[in-house]
Amino acid sequence: MALLEVEHLRVEFETRRGNLIAIDDVSLAIEEGEVLGVVGESGAGKSITGMAIIGLLEPPGRVTGGEIRLAGRRIDNLAYDSMRRIRGKEIGAIFQDPLTSLNPLYGVGRQLAETIMAHTDASPTAARARAIQLLGEVGIPAPERRIDAYPHEFSGGMRQRVVIALALAVNPRLIIADEPTTALDVSIQAQIIQLLKGLCREHGTAIMLITHDMGVIAETADRVAVMYAGRIAEVGPVRDVVKSAKHPYTKGLMGSIPIMGREVERLSQIDGSMPRLNAIPTGCAFNPRCPDGMARCGVERPDLMATGGPNRAACWLYAPLGVAVHG
Amino acid sequence: MLAYVIQRLLQAVGVMLAVGLIAFAMFNYIGDPVNNMVGQEASQADRAELRQQLGLNAPFPMQFARFVANALSGDFGMSLRMQRPVAHLIAERLPATLELVFASAILALAFGVPLGVFTGIKRHSWVSRVILTVSLVGVSLPTFVIGILLIYVFAVLLGMLPSFGRGEVVKLGWWSTGLLTKAGWLAIVMPAITLSLFQTTLILRLVRAEMLEVMRTDFIKFARARGLPERAINFGHALKNTLVPVITIVGLNIGGLIAFSIITETVFQWPGLGALFIQAVQFADVPVMAAYLVLVAAMFVLVNLAVDLLYYLVDPRLRGERAVAGGGH
Ligand SMILES: Nc1ncnc2c1ncn2[C@@H]1O[C@H](COP(=O)(O)OP(=O)(O)OP(=O)(O)O)[C@@H](O)[C@H]1O
Ligand code: SF4
Ligand SMILES: [Mg+2]
Repeated sequence: MALLEVEHLRVEFETRRGNLIAIDDVSLAIEEGEVLGVVGESGAGKSITGMAIIGLLEPPGRVTGGEIRLAGRRIDNLAYDSMRRIRGKEIGAIFQDPLTSLNPLYGVGRQLAETIMAHTDASPTAARARAIQLLGEVGIPAPERRIDAYPHEFSGGMRQRVVIALALAVNPRLIIADEPTTALDVSIQAQIIQLLKGLCREHGTAIMLITHDMGVIAETADRVAVMYAGRIAEVGPVRDVVKSAKHPYTKGLMGSIPIMGREVERLSQIDGSMPRLNAIPTGCAFNPRCPDGMARCGVERPDLMATGGPNRAACWLYAPLGVAVHG
Repeated sequence: MLAYVIQRLLQAVGVMLAVGLIAFAMFNYIGDPVNNMVGQEASQADRAELRQQLGLNAPFPMQFARFVANALSGDFGMSLRMQRPVAHLIAERLPATLELVFASAILALAFGVPLGVFTGIKRHSWVSRVILTVSLVGVSLPTFVIGILLIYVFAVLLGMLPSFGRGEVVKLGWWSTGLLTKAGWLAIVMPAITLSLFQTTLILRLVRAEMLEVMRTDFIKFARARGLPERAINFGHALKNTLVPVITIVGLNIGGLIAFSIITETVFQWPGLGALFIQAVQFADVPVMAAYLVLVAAMFVLVNLAVDLLYYLVDPRLRGERAVAGGGH
């Protein structure tokens, strides 16, 4: 049993112009201690998937189908307060912008201590001691002096370190890191990713790492899921996805990576653009852009299927021969 | 910190000097102070002598300096209408007004803040809609209409509350308080509610708008992702971030309460400064008017000073020195 299992997840936004299906039949699993990279163009549904997992979709967004299980326990249908106890304690989260993730009016020590005390019965003194220790672990120099400093007294990189300390404060089993370095200066992005990965390895924490940076994925992730238009296009071990992509969309993506480049690479080198949610084509969502499209692609939607290698791809190119098109 | 306080104090002194100048101008140039003192019948020689005595022939800056010195020692001259020192009149009336304003401010905060938080968080609940609709009545009905309605219902129809006055007051030194007797409490209920309604609505709507704003921020999202209890998020993280604008408005409005109290005091025949001021205006009792002006301005300035200091306590970003020091404390 994997640590996190997402099965047939569906997320809809009820808008005035009808229901938008933002996530459609997404299944993925993350093992204990594993780093799963999630990539895909802007709007592919990466963040929404993450928010659905920690139960923080904002209305009108809503999970309308599927199941999410943590260590076998179903968590997508929990009451607000039961889910609240899981957030931070079992599943932590790190968001994109360290400048705005911290409450400007509270000292960082207080924010750490309140997180610790929300999930354990640590005394204020113990929580503070632990807070100082955490600040040290994430590489804040002289943490016992910085503990009462306010967020505006730290640089962007230091703030993101504090955010990491907050997400790891009570040793969750999974961290959802949604573009944790995009807002940071390029020169410190690698450090922060290194820090996050190192700490999680030490504590055996799994990571769902959402990013646009294929370089980061290649260096950090164990497996990769490629999302396209609210679905998973391909998933597999990082080496195989990067080196021998199977899905035509992934091939296009990989073709556009500067070799091990450190620059943020927006994934848009494939001709055309991802369809809007209210205009997702029938059949394979990628078919209007696909160089390998077949008649079947415009009619029937492919599910993830075996490709002969370790990857699975949602593409008819890998349909087992001799299986009838329609049952 | 010290520099900040000193700067604010200097500003306050500047404002008070400007107001003093206006009061002084009123005092000296609206009507003739000599006339006011000796009446029409006095001879030309008597008048000239009095002018000299009063220092009215001294150069303007000298006269103003004397006015300020007198004002600082609480001497605003004699009331023309009552023939008593203005300072005494004010001392008699001040407690009534301050107690009324204080009670109203407490009411406005006690209702406005929690209701604002509630309607900000439970944005779609029908209770919130009812509260918001009712609160609109609070801003759209004029004070005197509300006062008269209250009097009609609770004093005339039900006979539960007195329709005018302060009830029974107790003297504590020069201060007379209505808050130590049951009659005093009954008497302050309706005026305080009347005076507070507008402010309650204002605070409610302001807190609600600020809450809606804050709830959308990343740090609230992140606080949720950390699994903090809702109570800590709503009343700690979110509410505290609405405080700066709320303190500003509440501060301004305490000044406003003093000014608005003129109407409420008239409706409820509340023996406060507002009533004194209205009478002074009717009789062109210039020294009383000038003193009232200075006093109200002083209260505005004091409240503003308090607001500035509160900012400083609430928002660490305003405490500049620490950021520069870059370390602990
Ligand atoms: N409140 C909303 N109402 C309607 N649609 C929404 C809403 N929020 C998000 N969406 C849609 O859901 C889809 C997925 O969004 P999501 O934020 O998950 O994208 P993403 O893959 O994280 O993109 P990015 O790389 O830009 O962060 C997008 O097409 C977006 O338009
Ligand atoms: S299913 Fe067809 S359209 Fe879709 S990626 Fe595969 S080949 Fe291209
Ligand atoms: Mg996103």
